[in-house]
Amino acid sequence: MDNKIILLVEDNPDDEALTLRALKKNNISNQVIVARDGAEALEYLFGTGQYSGRAANLTPQVVLLDLKLPKVEGLEVLRRMRANESTKLLPVVILTSSNEEQDRINGYDSGANSYVRKPVDFNQFIEAVRQLGLYWLILNEQPPARRS
Amino acid sequence: MFRDYSISKKLTWMNMLVSGAALLLACGAFIAYDVISIRDGMVYNLSMQAQIVGFNSTSALLFNDPHSAENTLSGLKAWPNIVSAGINTLDGRAFATYQRGQSSQTPAMPPILAGQVETYRFNRSEVVLVRRIVFQDKPTGIVYIQSDLEGLKVRVAQYLGVAAAVLVSSLLAVVLISPVFRRAIGEPIVHLAGIARIVSRDKDYSVRAKPIGNRDELSVLVDDFNGMLSQIQERDTALQQAHDELEQRVEERTKELATTNKELEAFSYSVSHDLRAPLRSIDGFSQALLEDYSDKLDSAGRDHLERVRRAAQRMSVLIDDMLNLSRVTRSVMRREKLDLSAVAKSIAADLQEAEPGRRVEFVIESDLMAVGDSQLLRAAMENLLRNSWKYTSAHPCARIEFGKSQQNGKHPFFVRDDGAGFDPRYSDRLFGAFQRLHTATEFPGTGVGLATVQRIIHRHGGEIWAEGAVEKGATFYFTL
Repeated sequence: MDNKIILLVEDNPDDEALTLRALKKNNISNQVIVARDGAEALEYLFGTGQYSGRAANLTPQVVLLDLKLPKVEGLEVLRRMRANESTKLLPVVILTSSNEEQDRINGYDSGANSYVRKPVDFNQFIEAVRQLGLYWLILNEQPPARRS
Repeated sequence: MFRDYSISKKLTWMNMLVSGAALLLACGAFIAYDVISIRDGMVYNLSMQAQIVGFNSTSALLFNDPHSAENTLSGLKAWPNIVSAGINTLDGRAFATYQRGQSSQTPAMPPILAGQVETYRFNRSEVVLVRRIVFQDKPTGIVYIQSDLEGLKVRVAQYLGVAAAVLVSSLLAVVLISPVFRRAIGEPIVHLAGIARIVSRDKDYSVRAKPIGNRDELSVLVDDFNGMLSQIQERDTALQQAHDELEQRVEERTKELATTNKELEAFSYSVSHDLRAPLRSIDGFSQALLEDYSDKLDSAGRDHLERVRRAAQRMSVLIDDMLNLSRVTRSVMRREKLDLSAVAKSIAADLQEAEPGRRVEFVIESDLMAVGDSQLLRAAMENLLRNSWKYTSAHPCARIEFGKSQQNGKHPFFVRDDGAGFDPRYSDRLFGAFQRLHTATEFPGTGVGLATVQRIIHRHGGEIWAEGAVEKGATFYFTL
């Protein structure tokens, strides 16, 4: 579990702090890479820009993706991931404030594996993060690595 | 056959038949009249000749001198039409005769009746006139003259020839003149018929029949026809204009509505995403303070933070309710048949499962069907039943009903409870968004539920109203 990286795509520093706190509260000590906009997320995922030459073993186990993001929208990040061989099968959990029907439809339509709404009540948020960690980091089996 | 002829042909035929018949009648009358007068003239001439012959032969009879009488008779040679003539004695013996040709037959003579001086008889080819010869008031013999009818026949033949010539030339004239009639009557009618056909076939009301320019009935017909076309065209134009305007207005409204809807959607989207994030921070960091700095806070400080958290969570519920309310208005309706009784039963089961300690009796009429959007109607039913569940919570046991009733010719569904009820004076505020008749400490809530129900019912084209009294329960009626 320790070497499994979580990619958190989150532009709101408060939400970032709260998510990290929730992870810590649940004793999830995996490495968390935080991308603060869609473009940065894509750079990390594809090993370009500031992340060029990133080691292949730093590929995240799961991506926690917000929808409203600067530069490149969350759904667009998801679509580009799904269009790319190396990230096509990577588990993506949309973690966002909205539960708008359109967001949910577009999320799954673009290839999300899960859609979780961030609860306002922090205790509920902690519980949500606990379940996410349990499921995606322990229970869920990764797709086999792609030979490029 | 004649019925199917064109009007011009009918007119030509009519002219020919009428003028032909008139000419035939006229010629016939003329010929008849002429034959009669010619015959009268012939009789008159023969009578004159008979009188002269008789007068000149009186002495020959008296002195029994047939030779002298024959001399007198031979004077008739001057009239070639006289075939034969003769004088008979009173006892019927031939006294003297005259023959134009070789024929020696004595013609059959009509008898002279008593009191008559002369008589005559026509047959096919001749006329015979017989006259008494009277001397000193005493009859002395009979003279007769036989004449052929050649003159008459020639005259009749000439008449017939002239009549035929007149008939033929007048029919010819009719044929020559009929185009004039055709132009005057046939052509306007044919033209009118053509225009009428164009109008009915092409629905083109801008065509007009050529005006004739005189004041006869045809001209009036054409003018009135054109007038009618003008009226139809005007009406058509007005109708088209109204239709276009309406369409344009609908298009504008639709566009406006689409814009408003889009704005509303953008607004809700933004509310959904952005308004909740600060609340999460408020709640999350308050919780962090309570956890990490509890030793530095006294009980009042902790209570303040708890209040901050509750307010944030309440705000979150308000935002969600608001979004739900706007979603009810925006969502696409899918109409289908559904069993409202089954929906009510499943909601009742959920409520009882969530709070098994409560003693609430549900009375749900079976098989109440409705047509509508199943998601929206389920939301409406859930709001109504949940309301009843909530407002009966202060009573130790309660009864909640769902059924169909009858009111003023309508058959509304109803949800009834025997809970806290409401003051009917404020019933108009029941369905207002964020309007409440109870405080949140009495009964929790944001005041969106009934507003949502009303919007759902209205979107289905139905009505909703409520009856109730304080502590006597409430009944919500709705039609779809």
